[in-house]
Amino acid sequence: MKEQNYMKLEFPSRSVNEGFSRAAVAAFAAQLDMTLTEMGDLKTAVSEAVTNCAVHAYPDSIGPVWVRVRILDADTVEVQVKDRGRGIQDVARAREPMFTTGGEERSGMGFTIMESFTDSLKVRSRPGQGTTVTMRKRVGKRVTGR
Amino acid sequence: MKLTTTNTAGKLTVSVAGELDHHEAGELAKKIEEQLEANLPRDCVLDLGELKFMDSSGIAVILRIYRRMNALGGRLYVENVPSQPMRVLDASGIDRIVNIAAKA
Repeated sequence: MKEQNYMKLEFPSRSVNEGFSRAAVAAFAAQLDMTLTEMGDLKTAVSEAVTNCAVHAYPDSIGPVWVRVRILDADTVEVQVKDRGRGIQDVARAREPMFTTGGEERSGMGFTIMESFTDSLKVRSRPGQGTTVTMRKRVGKRVTGR
Repeated sequence: MKLTTTNTAGKLTVSVAGELDHHEAGELAKKIEEQLEANLPRDCVLDLGELKFMDSSGIAVILRIYRRMNALGGRLYVENVPSQPMRVLDASGIDRIVNIAAKA
């Protein structure tokens, strides 16, 4: 797929940045003519991925989070969320609905929501080295400006 | 986020406005639990009409209130849910255990 545009963000895994990062991704993705529902789905998926960094990647510390957003072809947005945190021991298990290591504060639905609100979800993780989540979402209409 | 509560005849209505994510969830759940302890309501209505955004952190908050209301022998109703939070609740299947009504 051809890259039309991109942007990159780096910020510490402080929970206050969850709201900032989903708003920033939404503002960039707005160059694609998305419906309100598509925009809501994208923001939700980003929020889940960035929350995972704050809660799971760096549970007892603050570490860097990188977000890269790419516009591919005329109708696809790709969001990559990357950390250098503790990694996921068992990715298949972590992706199961209701599975969580986060206690009663977490629902275990993060990956399920990322998966159902986007068209593809790739999770690469190595224990002790970090996790990279890549999501792609195809939206209904075409790019209105470059 | 903003929280307002009204208590009439054993029914505690909790209205939540703003964005509900992991950053806000812990404090919000604590405040609602304090209200439940103080009022010991028969019914709790969680009014999400002014909620601008919610992710899966909101599911955990609702489940926490649901468990607390169960322990009190009461019921929880989640009402006035806007479309974005509704999609999150739908994806979770939580409507099988909690009464949920979308915003008209």
